[in-house]
Amino acid sequence: MMRNLLSILTVVAAIIGLWYAACIPMNMHEATQQAQRAGTEVTPATASERLQLGGIALAVKNPTLWRGSFGQDRPRLPSPDQVMTELWNTTGAMALSGRAMSKRSLVFHSWITLSATLLGFAFGTGLGIILAVGIVHSRAMDMSVMPWAIASQTIPILALAPMIIVVLNSIGLQGLIPKAIISAYLSFFPVVVGMVKGLRAPGMMQLDLMRTYNATQGQTLWKLRLPASMPYLFASLKIGISASLIGAIVGELPTGAIRGLGARMLTGSYYGQTIQIWSALFAAAILAAILVGTIGLIQRRTLKRMGMQP
Amino acid sequence: MNAAVKSLGLSLPGFVLFAALGLSVADGSGWIGVALAVAAVVLGWLAIRGLATHFDTQGWARLGAPILLGLLILVLWEVTVRALAVPFVILPPPSAIAVKMSTSLPILWADMVQTVVKGALTGYVMGCGAAFLTAVAIDRSPFLQRGLLPVGNFVAALPIIGTAPILVMWFGFDWQSKAAVVVVMVFFPMLVNTVAGLSETTAMQRDLMHTYAASYRQTLFKLRLPAAMPFVFNGLKISSTLALIGAIVAEFFGSPTLGMGFRISTSVGQLALDMVWAEIVVAAIVGSAFYGSLAIIEKGVTFWHPSQRG
Repeated sequence: MMRNLLSILTVVAAIIGLWYAACIPMNMHEATQQAQRAGTEVTPATASERLQLGGIALAVKNPTLWRGSFGQDRPRLPSPDQVMTELWNTTGAMALSGRAMSKRSLVFHSWITLSATLLGFAFGTGLGIILAVGIVHSRAMDMSVMPWAIASQTIPILALAPMIIVVLNSIGLQGLIPKAIISAYLSFFPVVVGMVKGLRAPGMMQLDLMRTYNATQGQTLWKLRLPASMPYLFASLKIGISASLIGAIVGELPTGAIRGLGARMLTGSYYGQTIQIWSALFAAAILAAILVGTIGLIQRRTLKRMGMQP
Repeated sequence: MNAAVKSLGLSLPGFVLFAALGLSVADGSGWIGVALAVAAVVLGWLAIRGLATHFDTQGWARLGAPILLGLLILVLWEVTVRALAVPFVILPPPSAIAVKMSTSLPILWADMVQTVVKGALTGYVMGCGAAFLTAVAIDRSPFLQRGLLPVGNFVAALPIIGTAPILVMWFGFDWQSKAAVVVVMVFFPMLVNTVAGLSETTAMQRDLMHTYAASYRQTLFKLRLPAAMPFVFNGLKISSTLALIGAIVAEFFGSPTLGMGFRISTSVGQLALDMVWAEIVVAAIVGSAFYGSLAIIEKGVTFWHPSQRG
C-alpha cells in the first residue's frame, strides 16, 4: 500500500513538473511581448520575427524571461497553481463567503450539470435493467434486440446530442430534461450489456435447485438472478455514471447554454478565458471522481453485506 | 416442424402484407395508418418469436431476427411519421433520409474524409501507437507501473472530451486539433489495457522461457506480446468508438466548413434534420465497419484464445 502510494505520488509529481515545464514554451511569445513593452531586451527584436520561431526556440534564446511565462492573464497554457487558485476562488472561497449558488460559482454550475447527470443516470439505469430482464427471459428479445444493443456501442451516439436538444426544444422541452435524456442514452447500454451478463451468471446447478424448489420465474429472478448480478451491475454503473456526466456536459454545448460545466467551457473558449476552461475541466474531473468513488463505496458496502466480498 | 411452419408461414406474409398496406396508404391517413403499422409490428414480432422458438440453432435465423427487428422499426417509423404528418423538423421519415443521402453523396464523402480519415484515424494511430510503446517501455519498471496504472485508470474515467476547446485553441480549426483530441482520448484506455495485457503471463510460462535462457527481448516478442494481444485488441476496440466521438465533438468547438461534426451542428441550426440523420447514418456505418474490421483482425491474431475458439 505504502509502495503504491509512493509510485502514484511520483507519477503525479512528474506530470505536474512536465506541466510547469510545458508552460514556458507555450507562453513564451506572450512573455517576450510583455517584456518588450516593459523595455527589456528581447531576441529577436521584432514581433514578426518571433512569430517565425517556435516556442521552444524562443525559450532557449531568452532564458531570463522564463518567469514571465507564469501568471499571465490569458495564457495559452495556465500553470497548475493558476488553475488551482481559480478553482478555489470559484468554489471554496465563494462558499465560505456564502455565495455558493452565485452565477459565477463553479459549485452552482457543477450542480446544474450534476442534476442532469443524476436524473439521466437514474432513467438510463432503470430502463437498462428492465430491458436486461426482458432479454434474459425472452429468447426472441435476446436474438433480435441484443445484436442491436451491441452494435449501438460502435456508433458515435454522442453525435446525436445537438439534434436531441433541438428536437425536444421544438416540442417545448427545455433545460434539464434534454440533457438528462442524452445522459440516459449514454448510460443505458453499459447497464444492459452488464446486466444481461450478470443475470445469466447463476450456474446450471443453482437454477436446477430453484426448479426443485418449484420456484416461479419471478422468484428465481428476485432471489437468485438479481442478487447474483450485483457485481456486474456495479461494474457497469461505474461506466454508466461517467458516461452520463460526459453526456450532460456535451448536452450543454450545442445550445449555447449559459449554465453548467459544459457552458463554462464553451464561453471560456469563445472569450479566450483559458483559466476558466481549465478550472471547469478540473471541476468536471473532480465531479467524475466523486461520482465513481461513491458508487465504489456503495458497491463495497453492498457486496460486503451480501457476503460476496470479504 | 409443423408448428414452426404454421407460426412463421402466417406471421411473416402477414407482416409483409400489413407493412405494404401501411406504406401505400400512409400519407396523412391518420390513425388508420398507425393501426396498420401496429398490426405489422405485432405480426413481425410474432415472426421473430417464431424464429427464436423453432429455428434458434440455425445461423440464418440468428441473422434474420435482428434484421427483421430493424425492418419492423423502420416500417413503424416511416408509416407513423407520414400518417400523423409529424413535422419534418421533429422527425423526418427514413425514406427522406435515404433520398437526402443519395442526393448529397459528395458532401457526405468530403465530410467523412475530413473527420474520419484525417481527424479520427490519424489521431487513433498516433494515440494507440504512443500508448502501446509507453506500455512496453514502462513494463520494465514495476515502480512506474504501480504508479501509472491507477493514474491511467483514473484519467480514463474522466470527461476528457472537455479538453477539446483547449486543443482547438492550440492546434487551430483544421484536422490537426481533432487528431490531438483523439490522441488524448484514446491514450489512457489503450495504455491501461496494454499494461494489463503484458502482465497476463503465468509464472510457469515465464519460468519456461527462463529455462530456455531467453533474453528479455525474446521473452517479450515470443511470449508476453502474443499473450497481451486479447487485451490490446480490447483497448483498440474501445478506442475506435472514442476516436470517432472525439473527432466529431471536437468540431463543435470550431472547424473548417466541412466535417461531420460541423455539418451536424450547422444543419441542426438550419433545421435540416434529414442532413443530420444522413450524417448519423454515415457515422454509424463507419463506426460499425471500423469496429467490425478490428474484430476480424482480432480473430486472426488471437485465434488461440478461448473466447475465439468458441
